[in-house]
Amino acid sequence: MSEQRIDDTIRLERRRFLQVLAAGAGVLMIGIRVADAADAPLPPALLGDTFYDLGAYVRIDSDSNVLIGARDPDTGTGVATALPRIIADELDADWNQVSVILLGLGVANDKGQPRWIYGRQIGGTGSSIPAAWGELRQAGALARWLLLQAAARRLGMPANQLRCDAGTVIALDGRRLSYGSLVDDASAIALPDKLPPLKTADRYQLIGKPAGDVDAHGIVTGQAHFALDEQDGEALVAVLAHCPWPDGTLERIDTADTLAVKGVVKVMQLTPEPGQPWGSTVIAPAVAVLAEDTWSALQGRQKLKLEWKPGASGSESSAALEQQAVALLADNTATPTARVRNDGDVDAAGRKAARRLQASYYQPWLAHATAEPMNCLVRLDKDHARAIVPTQAPQKAWAVVQRLTGLAPAQIEIRVPRVGGGYGRRLDHDFVAEAVMLAKAVGKPVRLLWTREEDLGHDYYRSGSVHQFNAIIDRKRRVIGWNQRMASASALAHRGVPDNQLWSSELQADQLPAGLLPNFRSDWYALDSAIPRGPARGMPHLSNAFAVESFIDEIAHLLKENPLDTRLRLLGEARQLPLGSGDTLDVGRLLNVLKLVADRIEWKNWLRSVNGLGIACWHVDGAYVAHAVEAAMQGEKLIIQRVVCAVDVGRVINPLGLEGQVAGATLDALSAALNLAITFKGGQIQQHSYKDYPLASMAQLPDAVEVITVPGDRTPTGASFLAMPTAAPALANAVFRASAVRVRRLPLMKELLRLL
Amino acid sequence: MAPVQAQVLPINPDSGIVPVKVRDGIDLQINGEHYRHTGDPQMPLLWYLRDVLQLTGTKYGDAHGESGADLVLLDGKAVSAITLPVAKLAGRQVTTVEGLAANDGTLHPLQQAFIDEDAIGCGYCTPGWLIAAVDLLRRKRQPSDDDIDQLPNLCRCGCQTRVRRAIKRVAADKAGQP
Repeated sequence: MSEQRIDDTIRLERRRFLQVLAAGAGVLMIGIRVADAADAPLPPALLGDTFYDLGAYVRIDSDSNVLIGARDPDTGTGVATALPRIIADELDADWNQVSVILLGLGVANDKGQPRWIYGRQIGGTGSSIPAAWGELRQAGALARWLLLQAAARRLGMPANQLRCDAGTVIALDGRRLSYGSLVDDASAIALPDKLPPLKTADRYQLIGKPAGDVDAHGIVTGQAHFALDEQDGEALVAVLAHCPWPDGTLERIDTADTLAVKGVVKVMQLTPEPGQPWGSTVIAPAVAVLAEDTWSALQGRQKLKLEWKPGASGSESSAALEQQAVALLADNTATPTARVRNDGDVDAAGRKAARRLQASYYQPWLAHATAEPMNCLVRLDKDHARAIVPTQAPQKAWAVVQRLTGLAPAQIEIRVPRVGGGYGRRLDHDFVAEAVMLAKAVGKPVRLLWTREEDLGHDYYRSGSVHQFNAIIDRKRRVIGWNQRMASASALAHRGVPDNQLWSSELQADQLPAGLLPNFRSDWYALDSAIPRGPARGMPHLSNAFAVESFIDEIAHLLKENPLDTRLRLLGEARQLPLGSGDTLDVGRLLNVLKLVADRIEWKNWLRSVNGLGIACWHVDGAYVAHAVEAAMQGEKLIIQRVVCAVDVGRVINPLGLEGQVAGATLDALSAALNLAITFKGGQIQQHSYKDYPLASMAQLPDAVEVITVPGDRTPTGASFLAMPTAAPALANAVFRASAVRVRRLPLMKELLRLL
Repeated sequence: MAPVQAQVLPINPDSGIVPVKVRDGIDLQINGEHYRHTGDPQMPLLWYLRDVLQLTGTKYGDAHGESGADLVLLDGKAVSAITLPVAKLAGRQVTTVEGLAANDGTLHPLQQAFIDEDAIGCGYCTPGWLIAAVDLLRRKRQPSDDDIDQLPNLCRCGCQTRVRRAIKRVAADKAGQP
């Protein structure tokens, strides 16, 4: 290698720097790193020969091939396609010459502390695209600027007489230089004092144009690797039998039959580490069977004779917990755990009521049921640990490995291949703790695999909830007051979050119809349970949108009004409403998506249609969504004939990817609403297989989801769960029109059949 | 103890036939390749594929094959690989997702259609959908929506509407062909 130059940095924003990471050897590499201004640059020793080690986002080789790193794990959200396209567009790269690399965790040693050399790395929380828009474009712009300067010198003309197109610098006089021919010169150019300007939108070549998933070929040929497909020749396979109760204990164990299974090597016990929050340690006491191959391990597990003793949670049931919620909400004097919002005076408004409406909605516990079950492949050497993890948050996986091994930050390698679904489950890393503990104890690499039974029976579930609403309506048929009370078990409990913040995983202060009514109160009541809870896709919007958007339909019914008109009246004029988060609610954009789905489904037929039409709208972190559903009953069979979804996410990075996310989230939400519930009795989860937890079959789901995307030029928002919240209420509202049955309890099919 | 030798009968040395002793094990044919399995005959095909052959395209979904992620073609018919012991495979032909494309890499029309329709969520269940769809199109060249509804696969990402489009795209391309 000739010269290496890694000392040039440009300030990007506080503590973030663009950097030319390495030069010479026919390569230009640009990265972003997090650092202190006074901090020494990344030492050359950390610059290995492989791309993985470099902390680079962009690498251009002398043959003009471009490698772009995707930093956020792709759990099926399409970020491994969208993020590199954002960089590639700013670089004016030829997409056909771009290869995408899934970056593992980027971590360097900073005086014993980890320094995250790629900045944030988190997937499936709807924040990847907004964050990338803010900073990743700069990496592309800087690379492009350097190439332009190099070309200007080479051609002896000012850079402003040059332009870039599809991996080539083109001069006004028609001379062309490929990026590859410029990389040596470009990497020797001093960085500018200021960040190079970003492209204007009229010059986008890739942003806004459809692109298929970058991993598609590997996936359809079976060549793409998920963590479970990675190999380590020496690894033992570990499968687990978790205690049915998170706080239970092992009374008796007989391993004789297990150890007699050919291939079984060892049986070991795992126990949660005291004092560690949910998601960081073993989820429940467990017995692990380690074997030379998966089949031996599974047979060994089946032959285990275990007697578990329940802890205090042994008397819990989901039914009793719901009754507790109902009793809490029935007592109007009960003090809420949190008063989340209180506008105007709901009590005073109540005294002016001409009419009132009260209704309660009951929603079940839910599991994540990721397609790829929890698994982790760990190799621990004396001064190095490598974990191949299906994770949404590699930095959190790193923290678990670090705590259990005591290794220095850069001695821990976290690899994240494509991830088989996340939905929030993989923001927790209990399974990483299990794998590391086993590898440490057995002194060999370990591949941990959770069976589906373990996966459904031991999750950080979404809590069930009860919502109770009161609407106050005046003589002019206006909703003048709204009093909402919700009870649920917080996903933030047992995680070191202060008690007065526990509500924040369960509802938002700004959710509809907050801000639209003069008198509005929102109270939250805490339930508790030993059954673990955690982040779940669409939370907290999913449960709240179902309750709110169903209730608005009930108000319309009470007023003998078209529910679209009720919504339009409630939303009022297009205007900007300030939100507590500092953002604004753009009522015009919300009205727009609502009207778009109404037009498409021919809402004018609402009254006369033999089929039921239902509608719902919501806003999520600056994005807007509405669903309209057409459904019919054929005897006891529910047929979902049409589903329309309109979304406004601001600027669309990849329309094809967005359509996939919107259609997918719609089907996911319908599947959950139609069929799914986790229940527990005697503290034990009752669902262990897909028979008990039946994700919707193809026959149950609509044949198509008609996706309408509102074009826009605002800063893009995330969309991975945007289309979740409104699907179920639009369906329930359509079912009401089709069957005259108002479903206030999910899962919908069970309740509908009970009420028909 | 001397090993028991099978009696080898004299053969005309010009015939080119060499005597071969019968070995234990089960003959398997997977994606056109022949293998002999001498381990536990009850080992499910899924683990033979994944752990022994390291053909990891076929996925583990659950113990009963309810997710459809573990589907393979057995003599052209989609079957669950986790409920199928290797013992039952003697003389049968297994095709996994890795075996769908031609040897020169040309994709099966359904593989191409899945790419063209972006019929992929996280991608974990995709091989199972492909196998099920290949089987469906073998049975019905022009499947109806009701036929497609019968596919047994589960998907939490919600790829179903795009899978339906991919299958219809291939069926439409085949319409009118002999």
